[in-house]
Amino acid sequence: MSSLPSAPTKPPLWRDIRVLRWAFQLLVLALVIAFVYWLYGNYQTNVARSSIPTDLRFLDNPANFTMPGNDLDQSQPVRDAFVQGFYNTLRVSIVGILLTTVLGTLVGIARLSKNFMVRTFATAYVELIRNIPLLLLLTFMNLAVILQTFPRIENAWLPLNLFVISNRGIAIPWFTGSGGILLAVLASALVLTWIVVKIRGRVSDINGKPARGLTWGLPTFIVVMVAGWIVLGYDWVLPFVDDRATSGGLRLDPSFFALLVTLVVYTSSHVAEIVRGSIQAVVKGQSEAADALALSGGQKMRLVILPQAFRIAMPALGNQFLNLIKNSSLGATISYFELTQIAQITVGNGSPAVPAFTLTLLVYLMISLVTSVIVNIVNRRLALVER
Amino acid sequence: MIWMKRNLFRSVGDSLLTVVFGSVAVYVLWGVLQFVFVTGRWDIIQVNLKLLLVGRFPEELLWLVSGSIMALAFWVSAAATSSQSTKEARPGFGRRIWEAFQRFGLLAATGLLLIAVSGDRASLVMGAMILGSIILGQLVGFARRTLSPLNALPGWIWHPLLAVAPIVLVALTLSQASLDLWGGFLINFYIAIISIVLSFPFGILLALGRKSTLPIVRLISTTYIELIRGAPLFVLLLLAGVALEFFVPSSMAPGQIARAVTVFTLFTAAYVAEIVRGGLQSIPAGQTEAGKALGLNTTKITTLVTLPQALRNVIPAQIGQFISLFKDTTLAGVALNVLDLLNVGTAITAQDDFLGQGLIYETLAFVALLFWVGSYVMSRESQRIEKKLGVGQR
Repeated sequence: MSSLPSAPTKPPLWRDIRVLRWAFQLLVLALVIAFVYWLYGNYQTNVARSSIPTDLRFLDNPANFTMPGNDLDQSQPVRDAFVQGFYNTLRVSIVGILLTTVLGTLVGIARLSKNFMVRTFATAYVELIRNIPLLLLLTFMNLAVILQTFPRIENAWLPLNLFVISNRGIAIPWFTGSGGILLAVLASALVLTWIVVKIRGRVSDINGKPARGLTWGLPTFIVVMVAGWIVLGYDWVLPFVDDRATSGGLRLDPSFFALLVTLVVYTSSHVAEIVRGSIQAVVKGQSEAADALALSGGQKMRLVILPQAFRIAMPALGNQFLNLIKNSSLGATISYFELTQIAQITVGNGSPAVPAFTLTLLVYLMISLVTSVIVNIVNRRLALVER
Repeated sequence: MIWMKRNLFRSVGDSLLTVVFGSVAVYVLWGVLQFVFVTGRWDIIQVNLKLLLVGRFPEELLWLVSGSIMALAFWVSAAATSSQSTKEARPGFGRRIWEAFQRFGLLAATGLLLIAVSGDRASLVMGAMILGSIILGQLVGFARRTLSPLNALPGWIWHPLLAVAPIVLVALTLSQASLDLWGGFLINFYIAIISIVLSFPFGILLALGRKSTLPIVRLISTTYIELIRGAPLFVLLLLAGVALEFFVPSSMAPGQIARAVTVFTLFTAAYVAEIVRGGLQSIPAGQTEAGKALGLNTTKITTLVTLPQALRNVIPAQIGQFISLFKDTTLAGVALNVLDLLNVGTAITAQDDFLGQGLIYETLAFVALLFWVGSYVMSRESQRIEKKLGVGQR
């Protein structure tokens, strides 16, 4: 008698994969919830015993501290201090990201230079900086360079009479008048340049002559900027020493300067490695094709290699930018009044620690999310459209 | 001459670059040499060497630290040689010496420098004994490969056997000297090693959770990883410094180093998870399909097929993560007042004998040297392993 396979019966409950999957997930969920609940219960018990507030009402209390270089009144609420700290974090991060991109790209290209001297120099820079803790570099910049090596204000260094360098900070030439309007001029100059370059590209597509975007674009940019500058009555102001203080120009706090320089130097060494790796990852045929078209070294870099390299580098670069923003929290160790420092001070002044630091963490999380959204948009624009 | 022409003076612009960078290089090198041999006042390092290396670790128990270092050196040396395959063509003796010099010359030079700075007989003896235990490890590894009773021993007995001495010694050290007495470079290493070891299983679980097809598990893992990756380590350390005791029963109030280890472990786990996830994604789907064809269930496919390959492929990235953790341990110094190398380095300039003499350059240079040598040697090793594994070349 041949045994026919019987009609498939439902497996018992404890062997049914769908039941098992959900049972396992519910188990994990229950464990996580139990753990979080345990932490929360401990927190409630401990906080109730020491009668510490757990809400965000501390934000309305007076700040009771001042920040040199920022206009914050002692009686203003903690909330305003946090806003000011947020603003300072953004300031150092944005300037830092811009400078890092430029320096990191230059060093990354220099690492692949055919010139032995340039190559060695770039390699030494990257290998030295990358392997030293950021906090050590920051401490060095603050304690050794600024506090010990920069001169007192009476004998400040005045390189080319353009800058004033002392242990009270760095002053750089700046302009008179409204920065916002100048930014608008800059934006319109950039838009106009972009339009001109686009038109040149179209013309080139039609008549087949070289586009020469740079020879047209750069003068356009300069003309618009200079015109705006003169018409709106802007002028340069050079900084100078005036009775134990700097006048004119833009004064950068020593802590801002130290943090900015350290972040840029440190992050650049990582960015340089990413840029180098991405340039090397561009298919070799591209470089050979550029050679076959008799492009010069600069043209080859600018028109063929770098655009493709940046496409490869973008995700990793975005990570480095996020790192720079998060690392700006180390400003708290040298009294730069950014978010973390504000949180630390208000906690020291009696604000409840857990809500204050949680708020700080949420703000950083928000900055990170916004940055990664921007990076993703850029990434999508750059990404190869494949069939 | 041809080399110079090709590498230094291709064109006018090139020559100009060479001259500019060359003069800057000469200037910098000259400055550094001046500082190291002429103007630098290194007595502050000499006087405080013990403080910089081990902090306030009790003098009479230092032999435990030296013993642990020797046992660890022996272990690493023996484990590395005994796992070398005998089938591989081995280069000649001279070539192997040269390779060892390239890999560990810097480390040896730093050791010699430390001995020279300390200038006492005990450290010389200790250096010799560490060298001895490395050679002993090589011999034991060699015996394991060639002698008959030893090479018959299965790996799962052999490797734990090697690890017995270092584990016993480290445990003994921990039980004899309370962690609060540990400091200096020792504590940087300790925090980094313990945190990476603890974060490793946690990170693997998170990576598997994030790759899982179970929606709730995936959601929990992803949330954890992204929350941690969006937070600055320094703020987490500050938070742990003032608030960790609120989250555990009051009987479990942690010490400063326990707080540091907790934060570093939780933080590193998220990054380890992303590394392992990358490794899992690099395994071709054919591997999973082959496992299914053999009738393995999901657990077996993961633990026997995909995960081992993924973990092997991510060794270089893991070392990279360890290096950044090692450098980040300096943050514990500021955030939690742990007396780590950097903290000691800045604090000793305020000693009575050295106050106000502007010796911060000397101490920070010394601290930087130790961190630099450690990170640089590890990153070179990671590049070597990467080449050996051939990741990205298949």
